[in-house]
Amino acid sequence: MKYRPITAESDTRDHLVVIGNGMAGCRAVEELLARDPSRFRITIFGAEPRVNYNRIMLSPVLAGEKEFGDIIINDADWYASNGIALVTGDPVVAIDRSAKTVTTRSGLVERYDRLLIATGSNPFIIPVPGKDLPGVIAFRDMDDVNAMLAAADAGKNRGGGAAVVIGGGLLGLEAAHGLSLRGMKVTVLHLMPTLMERQLDEAAGWLLKQALEARGQTILTGADTAEIVGEMKVEGVKLKDGTLIPADLVVMAVGIRPSTQLARDAGLAVGRGIQVDDHMVTSDPAVLAVGECVEHDGQVYGLVAPLWDMCRSLADGLVDKPTGYRGSVTSTKLKVSGIDVFSAGDFSGGDDCEDIVLRDASRGIYKRVVLRDDRVVGAVLYGDTADGNWYFDLLKTQEDVSALRDILIFGQAFAFGGGRADPKAAVAALSDDAEICGCNGVTKGQVVSSIAKGAHSLDAVRSSCKASASCGSCTGLVETLLALTLGDEVRSGPKTLCKCTSFGHDDVRREIIAQGMRSIPEVMQKLHWATPDGCASCRPALNYYLLCALPGAYQDDQQSRFVNERLHANIQKDGTYSVVPRMWGGITSPAELRAIADVVEKFSAPMVKVTGGQRLDIFGIKKEDLPAVWADLNAAGMVSGHAYGKALRTVKTCVGSEWCRFGTQDSTGLGVKIERMSWGSWMPHKFKIAVSGCPRNCAEATIKDFGIVCVDSGYELHVGGNGGIHVRATDLLCKVASEQEAMDYCAAFIQLYREEARYLERTAPWIERVGLDYVKARLVEDDAGREALRARFLVSQSFSQDDPWAQRAEGAEAEHHAPMARFTPQEELA
Amino acid sequence: MTTAEWLDIGWVDQIPVRGSRTVKVEGGDDIALFRTAEGKIFALRDRCPHKHGRLSQGIVHGGAVACPLHNWRISLATGEALGEDKGCTPTVPVKIDGGRVLLCRASTLRAAA
Ligand code: SRM
Ligand SMILES: Cc1cc2nc3c(=O)[nH]c(=O)nc-3n(C[C@H](O)[C@H](O)[C@H](O)COP(=O)(O)OP(=O)(O)OC[C@H]3O[C@@H](n4cnc5c(N)ncnc54)[C@H](O)[C@@H]3O)c2cc1C
Ligand code: SF4
Ligand code: FES
Repeated sequence: MKYRPITAESDTRDHLVVIGNGMAGCRAVEELLARDPSRFRITIFGAEPRVNYNRIMLSPVLAGEKEFGDIIINDADWYASNGIALVTGDPVVAIDRSAKTVTTRSGLVERYDRLLIATGSNPFIIPVPGKDLPGVIAFRDMDDVNAMLAAADAGKNRGGGAAVVIGGGLLGLEAAHGLSLRGMKVTVLHLMPTLMERQLDEAAGWLLKQALEARGQTILTGADTAEIVGEMKVEGVKLKDGTLIPADLVVMAVGIRPSTQLARDAGLAVGRGIQVDDHMVTSDPAVLAVGECVEHDGQVYGLVAPLWDMCRSLADGLVDKPTGYRGSVTSTKLKVSGIDVFSAGDFSGGDDCEDIVLRDASRGIYKRVVLRDDRVVGAVLYGDTADGNWYFDLLKTQEDVSALRDILIFGQAFAFGGGRADPKAAVAALSDDAEICGCNGVTKGQVVSSIAKGAHSLDAVRSSCKASASCGSCTGLVETLLALTLGDEVRSGPKTLCKCTSFGHDDVRREIIAQGMRSIPEVMQKLHWATPDGCASCRPALNYYLLCALPGAYQDDQQSRFVNERLHANIQKDGTYSVVPRMWGGITSPAELRAIADVVEKFSAPMVKVTGGQRLDIFGIKKEDLPAVWADLNAAGMVSGHAYGKALRTVKTCVGSEWCRFGTQDSTGLGVKIERMSWGSWMPHKFKIAVSGCPRNCAEATIKDFGIVCVDSGYELHVGGNGGIHVRATDLLCKVASEQEAMDYCAAFIQLYREEARYLERTAPWIERVGLDYVKARLVEDDAGREALRARFLVSQSFSQDDPWAQRAEGAEAEHHAPMARFTPQEELA
Repeated sequence: MTTAEWLDIGWVDQIPVRGSRTVKVEGGDDIALFRTAEGKIFALRDRCPHKHGRLSQGIVHGGAVACPLHNWRISLATGEALGEDKGCTPTVPVKIDGGRVLLCRASTLRAAA
């Protein structure tokens, strides 16, 4: 297609040649024409066989909300009436800078005075086998949309085809949304743990995933594509973990790369993009470049807003009124109808930054504004993006927002709505009928009256009138009402889990179960966490609570564990690790001792020591060597001793009736049985057991979490002891007659502790808090309850007794152990 | 793309989100690379200003890491200890190019020394 207006041979104006008939190229020409319509003779070359259209609207076209005709920016008339020669469907293949010509694929040669390169980007195609099969496409231009529409149509006859979209970023999700509206069964594969991780934080990414799944898409995060399979055309996608997903269409949307080949071949300075100065001039003064193909001040852009700024500066420079481009801040909105997502600026936070977070689970809203030095530096909004532009504006103008600080998160309307700049005054102005707590339908009047009747703390209000007792989103309001009603008399409530939340441990645990929560981001959203991703205190606690609530079903979050539990060894002051294999009931054998001795020698461990818990500890092992050490210990039949875990540690025993002249029962044998039953279980804190064969108590059973003292007539069961700074001797729980009963009580006791104690609360402080009578009521006086607890423990154990060392020795999570790279300065300098 | 100024360490994806990997520097301290929940990459000498804990082994949250030995919180951006604690760990400039992590060579040598 060629629109060649009558340009007289005698047209002596400078010739501006534009390569790329896309958004930036045409916008640059528009800006130029607006400044000086007659300065240049203009020719535009476009690789696509069509006029200039709004690329970002390809998504609504795919979704069926628009037609191609609706998204054309400049139609044929525009080119003609502005005297622009347009050559389409014929890409430029070479630039000769000394002759000042460009050559197209069809052989057309055109001379230029000024050249403008606006070639945009190329979709990045991941180099996997099968990437060239028919049916594998990108999402960049109208041809791609047509291919997708054809695939959806073809699928219709078979009741809907299957599409796999690789990449859970903006483009991928818009493609997935369109395809799914067109009737295809869509699976999105995303390598990262959260969707759109470059624009959204974990909390918003999680909400987005939930919403898309609710619409029927399958979203696989952490999914690494191994190959695309098919004979003549695409048939499916295989993941590195072996999963095979059938597909008639594969859309690769994993990213874009600036299209720089032409410029590079022509010898222009190219980094990640074609390097330009503030006036969009490349390393050759006759050649300009603009759009996604350029690199300005080290930045490349993949959104349209920067192009507009660039085009203005470019045109100013071309008409000799240079202004200069200074880079752009960008914001992103996802164009999926019904799902509102907005992100702008830098939301990575950090400690010089302050996060203001608002979560409203009932309305599915998450808002986060990041401040640095009282200025907005970033924002992420999910569910309610009405204020996106306001935040973006504050961000761009770098206005001091300290005066708005307290109400910023409620949005522009609130901030400027009728003198409500003081949140206290705003709450004071509410009528008595105003609903404070949506979950429990509690009005302001009811809250104030329960405060007046003596509920002088948040917790007291929660238990008296139920306000803020469910989702907690009105906690701030209730606290303000407390302050308004009582002045300084407000009593601080019970300790919260950490500063990220207004909830205590017990509330969090209760809600996890009541609301059936399944992941850390879900808890943080539903319970209105005040930070985007928690802290080193709440993450491990939540990880444990979820794991305890969902045996076998919860996906453990390694990054929420303390290093020892992540590496299954104990970190030492010099950064090496100690390794303690399990030695059941303190019994060992020549083979085990030989294997330990071999490990000590093979890995030059500087020390091996008998621990206070009746087993051997090998010190000074390097992180890299841990898997090899475990492989050797595994080979001799030994498993992890969990000396590092909030878990069962040791079961100490004495020799007992087998050998000892005073022994009354087989304490060693029982200890081994109990350790076999309870090893591997994660707990709120460490847990130690001991079995002594007689009241002389050589195994120190009365300072253990669960201690058994054998007597002639049976077994005394003791609970809640520990050594440590505050030694606490156990309480006697009860006495039983058989080994089996001793084991049953032990299992039930552990489970009660697992389900009800707070994270990092050992059995001793737990029992002091809840009282021995409570524990007795649950375990001794309630046979059915005890039996149920025992059964739950055994179910949970059926998922826990997998030796973590064996998995690591086989290569699981190898990245925890090996360094990412090595660097030898001498070699490097040579 | 290792150059005179930058060392090519590997792919961003090799560092777990909210986690860390190390770079071994012959004859010096390791360099710890961190990746935050938002995908930002930071590099610090792998040595706590308190008693030399391996920061790479800590829990990463927000823009900080909690040292595994005594729980000091260290800012990933500045290397400064946060809160009441005082001390600083050298940082190393990092940049990301086409998904690759590049470490500033000179600062790496300085930080590791
Ligand atoms: C290795 C060992 C010392 C030894 O060389 O014998 C040891 C080493 C540590 N103990 Fe212990 N304790 C060891 C037996 C004990 C015992 C004796 C026992 O188990 O019968 C006690 C008293 C009994 C008890 O636990 O109540 C004991 C009470 C403590 C305490 C206090 C616990 C408390 O609730 O107050 C701590 C501190 C803590 O956990 O917060 C502690 C903490 C530690 C830590 C984990 C300190 C730390 O946080 O790094 C030490 C880890 C060293 C390492 O990296 O390997 N260790 N520790 C013992 C390992 C036993 C095992 O085989 O697993
Ligand atoms: C589906 C989709 C949705 C998007 N949504 C958004 C959004 O919501 N918000 C947002 O800000 N951005 C969005 N974008 C990005 C936005 O479209 C781009 O940033 C913008 O189009 C870049 O403009 P450009 O001119 O640099 O490149 P392009 O618009 O790609 O134009 C470059 C043109 O040059 C042509 N060309 C390349 N090489 C040659 C050659 N050798 N000879 C001749 N012609 C050549 C190409 O065919 C192309 O037509 C989206 C992109 C896509 C694909
Ligand atoms: S007693 Fe103190 S020094 Fe000894 S191992 Fe336990 S914690 Fe470490
Ligand atoms: S060594 Fe890091 S906190 Fe002590």
